[in-house]
Amino acid sequence: MKAWFNPQAIYVLWLREMKRYLRARSRIIGSLGMPFFFLIFLGTGFKQFRPAGVPDHVDYLQYLAPGMLAVVLQFGSMFTGMAILWDRQFGFLKEIMVAPVSRVAIVLGRTLGGMTTAFLQGVLFLAVACIAGLQLPGLSGWALVPLFMLLIAASFVNVGIAVASVMHDMQGFGLVMNFLMIPLFLLSGALFPIENFPEWVQVLALADPLLYGVDGMRFGLLGVSRFSPVLDGLILCAFCTALVITGAFLFSRVDVE
Amino acid sequence: MIIVHHAGWHAFMEAIVTHELTKHYAAVTAVNKVSLRVMPGEVFGLLGPNGAGKTTFIKMLATLTTPSSGDAVVCGHRITQDRDAVRRCIGMVFQDPALDDRLTGRENLDFHARMYGMKRDDRMKRLTDVLELVGLAEKADVLVKQYSGGMKRRLEIARGLMHFPKVLFLDEPTLGLDPQTRYHIWEYIRQLNAREAVTVILTTHYMEEADALCSRIGIIDYGTVITVDTPAVLKNSIGHDIVTIEATHAELLRAALEKEPWIQSVTVSDSTIVAQVREAEQKVARAVFCAQEVGAQVRSITVRKPSLEDVFLHYTGKRLRDDALDIREQRRGGHP
Ligand SMILES: Nc1ncnc2c1ncn2[C@@H]1O[C@H](COP(=O)(O)OP(=O)(O)OP(=O)(O)O)[C@@H](O)[C@H]1O
Ligand SMILES: [Mg+2]
Repeated sequence: MKAWFNPQAIYVLWLREMKRYLRARSRIIGSLGMPFFFLIFLGTGFKQFRPAGVPDHVDYLQYLAPGMLAVVLQFGSMFTGMAILWDRQFGFLKEIMVAPVSRVAIVLGRTLGGMTTAFLQGVLFLAVACIAGLQLPGLSGWALVPLFMLLIAASFVNVGIAVASVMHDMQGFGLVMNFLMIPLFLLSGALFPIENFPEWVQVLALADPLLYGVDGMRFGLLGVSRFSPVLDGLILCAFCTALVITGAFLFSRVDVE
Repeated sequence: MIIVHHAGWHAFMEAIVTHELTKHYAAVTAVNKVSLRVMPGEVFGLLGPNGAGKTTFIKMLATLTTPSSGDAVVCGHRITQDRDAVRRCIGMVFQDPALDDRLTGRENLDFHARMYGMKRDDRMKRLTDVLELVGLAEKADVLVKQYSGGMKRRLEIARGLMHFPKVLFLDEPTLGLDPQTRYHIWEYIRQLNAREAVTVILTTHYMEEADALCSRIGIIDYGTVITVDTPAVLKNSIGHDIVTIEATHAELLRAALEKEPWIQSVTVSDSTIVAQVREAEQKVARAVFCAQEVGAQVRSITVRKPSLEDVFLHYTGKRLRDDALDIREQRRGGHP
């Protein structure tokens, strides 16, 4: 039985991720800090000199919130990659790898686990952002936002899995975080519309999956967006599929040393 | 029982058959054409120094790395053909710790059981049984982070047993543990071998361990299995006893003894002479006589049967213990 779909294994991998997440209070709170302070201080500080291209009727803090939500999801998802590296370092990866479970099922379990934790982080962030003054949208927005949240999470969980499959230590992972994740965040239009960039940077930004995530969630929360939310959704779906396949492929080639 | 025919070798009854199993890494041949058979219910020991290839050998049998050449049958399944079937019938305790220390003992076992597709009722019952077996029932709901090294090791053994494996691999099960814990773990290994009829393959570089536990021992060095037999036969195969004499004028005495026909070999360090002698009990008086002739005063004479240490020395030309070992043990002990 070479079943890549192994519900019990997928479930228990997810369950383990949940348990570890719920036991790590400092991680839950710690990773909300940076985006929360960005939201508060940038949102209020730039109120007067709002970046060009932010629609006049939109308060800058409201404009910033979906961007910060995307960052929470992006970095929260990368955590799964780090968890794989920890598992390798503490030997638990061998225990997972020696079980009669296909690598695809392992990637699925971890992806679902990482998506859930990142999603929970996102929800917590939204709750905190409300305290900071974020206004919540009507019902239609509510349907849209979680969908984009999950797509962003699935994409970046698999970026993490891919990187962890290739890089074998924390330093390498840190390198990728700084040289890939930060640019993706800055290019995503989370802080200001990408029209403010020179033309060639705008082209780069169009290749950033996070751009479409931010745009879609901005539509959900504020009703303003650059592209139509359907287009955002489709493009993000395509990115997500490609990343899941890449993650699963690279992880399936990992050696247990 | 499944029969496998392949290029003139076959597995019928055996728990494990390997056929010229070989693993090359870039610079070294870690395992070199190892062919051996292990019968069901055996406790088979692989004894060898650091870097001998023990772990690599086990990892191939557990389908964690693919052989460069050769093949093996584990519980009737070819390791190169039927990976998942092999995995389902083996349990594995790795040389280095492989627990999730943010989970409790029970959760670690539960994770394992579900990965192996065990049904709820089986899982619950088995969990209680294996925890009982290794004496961790009371600590089951404590985070593994708070376990001692010995408790972690016992939990790993329990985990290896969770899914009713037919063959259990133990890679250096007592490395870096204190003597008392080591004896306890030997006791568990004997019990599970007897109660559950599990075939056990263990690697070790502790002579006492191999001697105390194993029905047969393979001596491995530089990736080659040099000899395989029961501890008793191995010890007898050396064919001589060891006589240790402490005396004055040791060098003179050595020269005198060397001329005696019944001495097989003799070495001296400081005032201690070590001689290999057949049927040594009958020769002790002659040795004392020799000493008197050269004017040496004998302080003590001991006669002992060869130990596995001597067997090892005989077959590989070196002692098992080395400095690297101590460093590694400290590392293991210091693992968080
Ligand atoms: N992944 C690897 N890549 C390259 N060489 C390896 C690898 N794994 C093992 N080796 C080499 O293969 C040889 C056998 O190693 P192995 O770990 O099997 O020895 P061992 O008998 O288990 O030793 P120890 O008692 O130290 O655990 C060693 O020379 C080792 O350096
Ligand atoms: Mg080893």
